[in-house]
Amino acid sequence: MLANFAAYLVFTVLGLAKGSHLGDAANFFVYDTIKIFLLLTTIIFCVAVIRSYFPPEKTKRFLSHGKEYVGNILAALLGIVTPFCSCSAVPLFIGFVESGVPLGVTFSFLVSSPMVNEIALIMLWGLFGWKIALIYIGCGVMIAIISGIVIGKLRLERFVQDYVYKIKMGETAATEQTFRERLSNARNYTVPLLKKIWPYVIAGVGIGAFIHGYAPEGFLLKYAGPQNPFAVPLAVLVGVPLYSNAAGVIPITQALMEKGMATGTVLAFMMAVTALSLPEAIILKNVLKLRLLLTFFGIVAVAITLTGYLFNAIL
Amino acid sequence: MKIEVLGTGCSRCKQLHENVMQAVIAADVEADVSKVEDITEIMRYGVMSTPALVIDGVVKTVGKVPSVEELKKLIA
Repeated sequence: MLANFAAYLVFTVLGLAKGSHLGDAANFFVYDTIKIFLLLTTIIFCVAVIRSYFPPEKTKRFLSHGKEYVGNILAALLGIVTPFCSCSAVPLFIGFVESGVPLGVTFSFLVSSPMVNEIALIMLWGLFGWKIALIYIGCGVMIAIISGIVIGKLRLERFVQDYVYKIKMGETAATEQTFRERLSNARNYTVPLLKKIWPYVIAGVGIGAFIHGYAPEGFLLKYAGPQNPFAVPLAVLVGVPLYSNAAGVIPITQALMEKGMATGTVLAFMMAVTALSLPEAIILKNVLKLRLLLTFFGIVAVAITLTGYLFNAIL
Repeated sequence: MKIEVLGTGCSRCKQLHENVMQAVIAADVEADVSKVEDITEIMRYGVMSTPALVIDGVVKTVGKVPSVEELKKLIA
């Protein structure tokens, strides 16, 4: 229905020719934009309601009893549902460490929470289908578990900034909410978030549409296809410092994949963009000494690269 | 009344501060509104997700930006 509407708007109302570069690009743009905004609005709202049942204060209490391994698995899974924004990373990290959550378990959470988020899932589901979205969640959770276990084994506690251990945390004041309050909070969360990300979505879909309409078929096959062994690490290296939310990147990667970029390379690129970023590094520098920060980024980047190779090999 | 907005300076923290200012004017109450950006201070309140709102030393909301209307009820 949506596809018919987009085609009607572009080819009949605007009178663009079917099969022309401009017509194809415009059709792609209209269809994807409408679809993504419908998905974003409903799903962000629903996820915000669900998440209100998993405040970080609760997650912390849950994980502070945890041991390694089981704790890493729980932390990676809770990372999916616990709300996270990079500006809360510091209080969250201190809160975890202070209440006795092991360092490796804390990192499992810190990897999974930003990487496996609802916006990434909506965009993947809408543009790539549910299979890729599920693969993305599965890999994200695995990478979070493994990176956390490795960091835990390396015994890097002394590379946390010293003041973190000195902070005395007050009694947590998690407030209980009624269902009505949850709905109203979800609305207060969804509207500003949409206002913030819509330019990224439009820009991302716009660039994607341009590539879709104008780039020749398979032009990336030579450079970023499964035959090039350097494509995956290169994609990760480009993706790590990039800061964009999933809303902007995923429409572009969809178009790149269509033009011959291998699936594993695309996945690795998306993960690198969402999991690691320069602003996040700057924020985490407040609680981590440089060596731990670099180790953290290094381990996650390697894990993402390996995931990329794995999917290029099996898909 | 002493109102504190806890947050490390992200956009949502600024939004909460703005909403609080509007609510204070709209509710016409005497209030001393301040921003708390020091992490040690924030942790002292047991807050793990910012922005948070503290009124007279009691944490009222955590990790969200209530609307001006909702804030008016909290400070009235």
